[in-house]
Amino acid sequence: MQQIINFLIKYKNTLLFLFLFLLSVIFTIQSHSYHKSKFISSANFFTGGIYSWVNDVDMYFNLREYNERLVDENKTLRENLAALTEVELDSVFTDTTSYNDPYQFITAKVIANRYSKRDNFLLVNKGKADSVATDYGVITSRGIVGIVDETSQNYARVISILNTNSAINVKLKKSDHFGTLTWNGKDPNRVQVEEIPRLAPVKKGDTIHTDGRSLIFPKGIPVGIIEDFHLKSNQNYYEIDVRLFNDMTNVGYVYLIKNNNQEEIKNLDSNE
Amino acid sequence: MNKFLISNIARFIILALLQVLILSNINFLGYINPYLYVFFILLLPLNLTQYKTIFFSFLIGLTIDIFEDTGGIHAAASVLIAYLRPNFLRFSFGISYEHQTVKFHQTPFAQRFTYISLLVLIHHLMLFSLEIFDLSYIVLILKKTLFSSLFTILLILIVTGLFKQNKK
Repeated sequence: MQQIINFLIKYKNTLLFLFLFLLSVIFTIQSHSYHKSKFISSANFFTGGIYSWVNDVDMYFNLREYNERLVDENKTLRENLAALTEVELDSVFTDTTSYNDPYQFITAKVIANRYSKRDNFLLVNKGKADSVATDYGVITSRGIVGIVDETSQNYARVISILNTNSAINVKLKKSDHFGTLTWNGKDPNRVQVEEIPRLAPVKKGDTIHTDGRSLIFPKGIPVGIIEDFHLKSNQNYYEIDVRLFNDMTNVGYVYLIKNNNQEEIKNLDSNE
Repeated sequence: MNKFLISNIARFIILALLQVLILSNINFLGYINPYLYVFFILLLPLNLTQYKTIFFSFLIGLTIDIFEDTGGIHAAASVLIAYLRPNFLRFSFGISYEHQTVKFHQTPFAQRFTYISLLVLIHHLMLFSLEIFDLSYIVLILKKTLFSSLFTILLILIVTGLFKQNKK
């Protein structure tokens, strides 16, 4: 017994070092797996509070651009509205059930945005108190941003599409071939689409948008345009480089998307 | 002793906030950021007991991790250099460190430079290895380590220069 205590006292520095080092490595490993990084998160009142306080000042420098984006979005929406009233107003039949849309939108402000690491997260200023929950989609008027990963009372952490753990279902606009959106960690303006089969008509400049089957994003949220593509060696799948519509280095305001049917479809799926 | 405590706590808060609010958002050429908070570990009193050094280093590393959502990479790198610090102190400052007579600001520039750059290099190497976590990206790890280290070392030297002048 005496020897054990002597041993502990003699090596207390090394033991403390090994213990804390191991702890950090465990945190690191957890952060590399999707949906498991629960301990270390900036979505708490302390860090969230500091970020939102600083962001209040920072926001003023970008006001001009955010206003321009809003005007752009309004223009697109107005065009859609005009097209709708001209062509379809007579033929659209609305009854009370169709008011219950599957998707609900919540607006939020990004208070911390990171894009220089290999696994990036954003922090937004809406949380449980605004009925935000895990697995809500996050988009801007220009395209997709990521998926809500964790929430606290007033803040939510978003897994950016610039995260090596993120994998989102996308498809070609022209045809119904679908693939997975991933990121190789290099350029914050370019992401990769994998698993699009060789048969698909892929061309430079084609648009990629979300596929409705993921239960997180509605169908047709724009992602980007194809910049480069090649066949994977010995495989029947394309590897496609996509230039994002969104400038991920400057995300101001975002929409969080709630899919009201998510639970129902998930339950149905798990009954198999 | 009390003065030591207060100045170290103040340094902790200032360096942590500076790091997460400004320095981590520089992204020079896309990915080069200085990690100035390492300076806190370098400046911990040289005669501080080893287990306290390790513990305080863990604390500042973890603080940065929580702010930046990086798991435990800053904590791991900080703990590592805190553990290795006595060896490097002995290596850089030689016998005078053994006699506990070294004052950080009064050491010769060459010795101070060796001490700073060795610890910063080790810290950054550990940091980026854990961040990227994939040995097939070894070139990227080394590239990031080299450029970020240069940036950090330069910044630390500037800051030590500034504070020296203030004291005169």
